[in-house]
Amino acid sequence: MPINLDDPKKFRTLVGQAHQVAMNMLRPISRKYDLAEHEYPKELDMLAAMIDGLSESGASEGAGAAGVRRSEDGDAGDGPIAAGSKNGANLASVMSIQEMCWGDVGLLLSMPRQGLGNSAIASVADDQQLARFDGVWAGMAITEPGTGSDSANIKTTAVLDGDEYVLNGEKIFVTSGDRADAIVVWATLDKELGRAAIKSFVVPKGTPGMRVERLEHKLGIRASDTATIIFENCRVPKENLLGSADVDPKQGFAGAMATFDNTRPLVASMAIGCATAALDLTRELLAKAGVEVDYDRPAYAQPAAAAKLLQLESDLEGARLLMLQAAWMADNRKPNSLEASMAKAKAGRVGSDVTLSCVELCGAVGYSESELLEKWARDSKILDIFEGTQQIQQLIVARRVLGLTSNELK
Amino acid sequence: MSMLSNLRPGGRHGVASTETRDPIGYLVAGLSRLAQTDLLDRLGLRKQAEQAVFTVTRSGFGTVTRANRTFFRAGSRDKSGVRPAAASTSGRFDLTPTEDEQLLVDVVTEFATEVVRPAASDADAACAAPQELLDASREIGLPILGLPESLGGVAEERSAMAGTLVAEALARGDMGLAVATLAPGSVATAIGLWGSDEQQQTYLPAFTGDDVAAAALALTEPQVLFDVMAPQTTAVRTGEGYVLTGVKSLVPRGAEAELFVVGALLEGTPVLFLVESSSEGLSVEGDPAMGVRAAGLTKLRLDGVSVGEEAVLGSTDGSAYAACVRLSRLAWCALAVGTGQAVLDYVTPYVKEREAFGEPVAHRQSVAFMVANIAIELQAMRLLTYKAAGRAAAGKDFSKAVALARKACAEHGMRIGLDGVQLLGGHGFVKEHPVERWYRDLRAVGLMEGAVLV
Repeated sequence: MPINLDDPKKFRTLVGQAHQVAMNMLRPISRKYDLAEHEYPKELDMLAAMIDGLSESGASEGAGAAGVRRSEDGDAGDGPIAAGSKNGANLASVMSIQEMCWGDVGLLLSMPRQGLGNSAIASVADDQQLARFDGVWAGMAITEPGTGSDSANIKTTAVLDGDEYVLNGEKIFVTSGDRADAIVVWATLDKELGRAAIKSFVVPKGTPGMRVERLEHKLGIRASDTATIIFENCRVPKENLLGSADVDPKQGFAGAMATFDNTRPLVASMAIGCATAALDLTRELLAKAGVEVDYDRPAYAQPAAAAKLLQLESDLEGARLLMLQAAWMADNRKPNSLEASMAKAKAGRVGSDVTLSCVELCGAVGYSESELLEKWARDSKILDIFEGTQQIQQLIVARRVLGLTSNELK
Repeated sequence: MSMLSNLRPGGRHGVASTETRDPIGYLVAGLSRLAQTDLLDRLGLRKQAEQAVFTVTRSGFGTVTRANRTFFRAGSRDKSGVRPAAASTSGRFDLTPTEDEQLLVDVVTEFATEVVRPAASDADAACAAPQELLDASREIGLPILGLPESLGGVAEERSAMAGTLVAEALARGDMGLAVATLAPGSVATAIGLWGSDEQQQTYLPAFTGDDVAAAALALTEPQVLFDVMAPQTTAVRTGEGYVLTGVKSLVPRGAEAELFVVGALLEGTPVLFLVESSSEGLSVEGDPAMGVRAAGLTKLRLDGVSVGEEAVLGSTDGSAYAACVRLSRLAWCALAVGTGQAVLDYVTPYVKEREAFGEPVAHRQSVAFMVANIAIELQAMRLLTYKAAGRAAAGKDFSKAVALARKACAEHGMRIGLDGVQLLGGHGFVKEHPVERWYRDLRAVGLMEGAVLV
């Protein structure tokens, strides 16, 4: 069939449902939990139960952090399809997460059982572990006070002692670190062995030796709690090491990093959802003020605000298509590391440009807490930082395009 | 007094009329005048410097000198022409071209690599496409690409996507030559889309045969803040037809064109008119520009040109005109994507080979990130363009989609041209490398209307 970049027909219902949930459940409590930082959004429990119900019935098709395990599920009912044209779980995920983040990014990140740790478990765990951690809400602990983007450099250690690993170290920026049932912790088996020795461990809440030190006060996504967690001789069963315990230098960092390959389009979708919220409202506010874009007339012959709106819409649509491309490639089992980084880089910076420009376009209305525009401009910033900053994405893209190693292009 | 008024600074040489000259300024201006006369040369005061200055005839408008073809009227005026069917869609998100499209892209890519690119530099300097190249483009079927089979073309259905892919592939060779080769087909496609039975029968044989007519889609006008939806060229209804008056600019291959599609305002609504180059009152002048020079750009003057009732192409309610503008912008987006790809293809090996401070410049983030951003924005431009093209081919509304694509291609495309030169440093500024040409060409994307369409 021909090239078609319109939204897949197949997911119209799913996306419509996500939009309704975002509008009717997330938006009404969006400001409330922005102001009440660290308070648990109890309304989410019901929503999470609903999402669980949907995924059990198979209707949700990856509405949350579905992980990156590439299953062979066919397009039931669609009949035979040509190679390279499957629209599956990855597309469904980015599209529905975009809608949820159109509602509220912080609340989406706080959704029980939809944490990044769940994504890691879904990506790296073996079948036995998958079964054991089913239904567990898992946060993700990677960053340390001295280690951000250079996650190969982490200092938290895991030492095998009998049937248990003993964890020691400090982790920061753990999303839902205080609320989740368990934390997936990155630690090194042997600092001397470099990247290959970094493994992830599931640490259930309440394990002796793990304690939440403090919760951060943040610029945005304040509904989502962000914890500092200390591990002091924290012992977990050795079966809680996700994936293989072998230190394989050839495999390198790939095992642990596999999680990121498919979370990048998801973070891109968050940025796009948040920016779309800002743009939708701004478009309406500008229309009420008498400014509407005429798509046939040249931008320079229209009001500056209309020209700006056109530019924002163009950049946002470009970012969104890059996101859809990356997800579509994953659905069709094409390697998409380059495209995933392109999507996150573009979506991250466009997200900031759109939300900040919308505040400026709407003036005091945009800046005041009476509207959500100022909140979206604060929320969007993190999406150009976590899961690989703008600069890390550019580094990945540059290395790929130029064919340079990480030693050549540092 | 006349001396003083001649020396008034504003309005010429790019000087704004608000500028004033002080006494020193008058003195310098006088010296400058003297320096421009041949007095110094006759007195042997200046070294003769050989300068190869190129211009198309810039000595004012001239009538079209090319032997004009006679178009024999045929077909029925009141009967609607044959229309290509809208492409069918599955509703599935898909970036895979059809087998036919891929085949076409492969052929055109080879042509662009083997024939177009090597000819680009000379064609840019000459402001003309070599005849052999134009002949070759006819042989691979470019003029009839957008025409349905029933009209002598190759398309089974609406081929905006194929046209987009072809324009992109051609521009990867050279934008100027791409415009030169696509211009006749653009007029043919327009007649296929909006022509009456009579217009199709009369004009299309000139594009489907061996001796393909040069033809051009003339929408742009030489005005600041030009709005293509409100052209200043006017059409006035008379008893037997219409009288067209106005000036069009940046018209490709206007000097040799035998048929023009001209946009004009008829009773407040923009309308397309078919104007044969033999028409009384029509004249052309060379209009070389910053870039896209190989397309042989011209100004077209319509000085009370009378055309018959049958000259109106498509509807008079503005809808055919608006569709034409959008499809033309889509073509320019595709050209921007192809040219942007040429830049990326060129700078990638260059920054890896060029060394500074003992290692390839590509090993520096400030250089590597520039390349990364070219790749990112280029792919976004491409997807935006394909989305608009897919919608156009499927017969869906694509006015917003093409506006978003055009914005990205104008802005980020220009950035790619700019960074392409920057990445080569001083070498990017000289004509030994093609990046300066791409820089000039990419500026056209946000301001060109008409000339090509898909």
